[in-house]
Amino acid sequence: MSALSVSYAILFYLATTILVAGLVYKIRQYWRTPAPLKIATTPAPVTQTGVVLRMAREVVLFASLFKSNKWIWIFGWMFHISLLLILLRHFRYFVDNTSIIWFWVPLIQPFGKYAAFAMLIGLGGLWARRILVDRVRYISSPSDHLMLALLISIATSGALMKFVSHTDIVAVKAFFSGLMTFSFQPLPEDPILLIHLGLVATLMIIFPISKLLHAPGIFFSPTRNQIDNPREKRHLAPWAAELEAEKAK
Amino acid sequence: MADFEVPELKETLEVPKYVDGTMAHSAPYIAKPQFQEPLGYPGELVENWQQVALDKMSDLKSRYRSFQVYLDACVKCGACTDKCHYYIGTADPKNMPVARQDLLRKVYRRYFTFAGKYFPKLVGAVDLSKEVLDDWYSYFHQCSQCRRCSVYCPYGIDTAEISMAAREILDSVGIGQKYCNEIMGKVYKIGNNLGLPQPALADTLEGLEEEVEEDTGIPVKFPLDQKGAEILLVTPSADFFAEPHVDGLIGYAKVFHEAGASWTMSSYASEAGNFGMFIGSYENMQKIALRIRKAAIDLGVKRIVFGECGHAWRVAYAFLNTLAGPFDFLDPRYPVPQHICEYTYDLIQKNKLKFDKSENDHMTLTFHDSCNVARATRMGDKPGGQFDIPRAVIKAACNNYVDMPVDTIGEATFCCGGGGGLLTDDLMEIRVKGALPRAQALKTATDEGGVTHMAAICAICKSQFTKVLPYYGFTMDQIVSVHQLVSDAIILTGAPGDDDSGEDDKDNSDKE
Repeated sequence: MSALSVSYAILFYLATTILVAGLVYKIRQYWRTPAPLKIATTPAPVTQTGVVLRMAREVVLFASLFKSNKWIWIFGWMFHISLLLILLRHFRYFVDNTSIIWFWVPLIQPFGKYAAFAMLIGLGGLWARRILVDRVRYISSPSDHLMLALLISIATSGALMKFVSHTDIVAVKAFFSGLMTFSFQPLPEDPILLIHLGLVATLMIIFPISKLLHAPGIFFSPTRNQIDNPREKRHLAPWAAELEAEKAK
Repeated sequence: MADFEVPELKETLEVPKYVDGTMAHSAPYIAKPQFQEPLGYPGELVENWQQVALDKMSDLKSRYRSFQVYLDACVKCGACTDKCHYYIGTADPKNMPVARQDLLRKVYRRYFTFAGKYFPKLVGAVDLSKEVLDDWYSYFHQCSQCRRCSVYCPYGIDTAEISMAAREILDSVGIGQKYCNEIMGKVYKIGNNLGLPQPALADTLEGLEEEVEEDTGIPVKFPLDQKGAEILLVTPSADFFAEPHVDGLIGYAKVFHEAGASWTMSSYASEAGNFGMFIGSYENMQKIALRIRKAAIDLGVKRIVFGECGHAWRVAYAFLNTLAGPFDFLDPRYPVPQHICEYTYDLIQKNKLKFDKSENDHMTLTFHDSCNVARATRMGDKPGGQFDIPRAVIKAACNNYVDMPVDTIGEATFCCGGGGGLLTDDLMEIRVKGALPRAQALKTATDEGGVTHMAAICAICKSQFTKVLPYYGFTMDQIVSVHQLVSDAIILTGAPGDDDSGEDDKDNSDKE
């Protein structure tokens, strides 16, 4: 095995560890931090089922964003849905094709393949807004631009391998299967592939320390995940209950 | 009329290009030490304020999930940038919700995140300097905590939560806002925001009884501190004498009279408003809320009803049970608390109130959805009841009703510009400019629907509009209370058939 293959193997172990541990840490933090008051943005659902539906509308359709701004919605939604299709398509590198869960992987391939273009259009639109709309330009930090550059580079390098300069995907699959089973295989030394994988690892590493935390964050947003029933059911955070117990003494 | 430029009303509402620093000079008076200490805050800026502020930020993010999640989750998509009435009215970019949050978020990033600690320039993180603190004081007092941005944010980020936290941090380093903190002191000492003591209150209510009897010939009562009454009415103290608030109070009394209800107000809890929310202080908000619980217990009432007040209704509807509950000693057949509009609406549904709508025929009404009622509460048992029930009450009392443009009402409503602790003369410029979107919508409704009057169910909205709408060419008497409309149209049992009070109103409004 070449030094390059070894470094990429180490890189992906590291990136996966940081991604998983970082997300576990943040999700635990969100989970454990109480929401002491009922602050659902109303009108809000009055049942748990209603809240699940509201959250689904937000996560799947970006309902609030749709109300807010059609341009951001169309570009943002295009990007995210493409990202989902592309991620699903990439399961072919991690799922054994003799496995019983393989059956859907071939079905998703054509969708994931062309999603690359939708993803690039979405990201391009978002970046254009960031530069062209004065208000959005004002609120952008260097990291906001870099995040788009990173995602565009990942999408472009991926699309290049699919549509322009093919790489040895059988060997790539062997490399990742090897990582998962600790039976290491070499990674093809194709520059586009190395760039693609290096950027993906970077994305995984910065996920839990960046604004990408919006992904777990939305599920913990009290304005969206609370049931509107403060009069019917008394809501009391643990620290508020302690405060009350102290007063009662 | 003003020492600042009043925005012009155009054909439609325009989102301005940003202009840096147009409102950087705006800041309310700072509370003197004697107003800080009763609330549990240092009297003036403490020496180690940086450390105290960071400790407070750390404390808040461990106690409020909203604060922690909202500081992390923003992706700077820009969806909120054109949603704030203060941005639309001032063009100051720091009045865009995301930029307002960023004033605090950039400090959070610097001290509490990996990226901000090691790559501050990259993620726009900055040290907590005196300039940053001054910016906080200025711009977190240019937010009325109206939650309009939270409707449009894809993650539901609520700038009100950030503003409240920022004010709590400012208070804990010793920089409080005079208006809010002085008022809370009055509540603790006397029982209401206006500092109206029991004898003055009793006198005022007696005066109202005489006035109503003179007007209608019916002895409508305004009871105070009456033990054993069934209903405790908690209403904003502005209802006791401000215009048009007091006409609303007369309306509640007439409704109670017609319902044959036994009710009372309390001099101990003679205030519905709870300014503890504005400064983000759970402890102060709870202390004020507990006065209502104590009054209810002392007077032995069975129900609690709140008068027309927006932020008060938020604290009452969404927080009271948490802060001062459980209310298991009250009649379980009714929600605790109820809004006066819910109360009146129920009676209308049961056909227990009779109206002569023609009394209000000299007006064409529209309704201003108060921000906190619209986006933080409910009325009735269905989501959206907070929009339907007040309108149903208005329509039961009036023949002519027209809504303002649909993107300015309901959950999309624009704040009056004076909410969230900004209703003070030292913030007049931001108040006037913040009222632009509502004034624009009212102009559209006037031009296209012939609207003559705007009804509201919030003491702050009513005070704010009577003061700032004249800057836009409206007159102060165009603002009415919802229960003022009820008051004018309700047929009191045993009332003389030929009541000309409506005519009087018309004459008055013509003169003013």
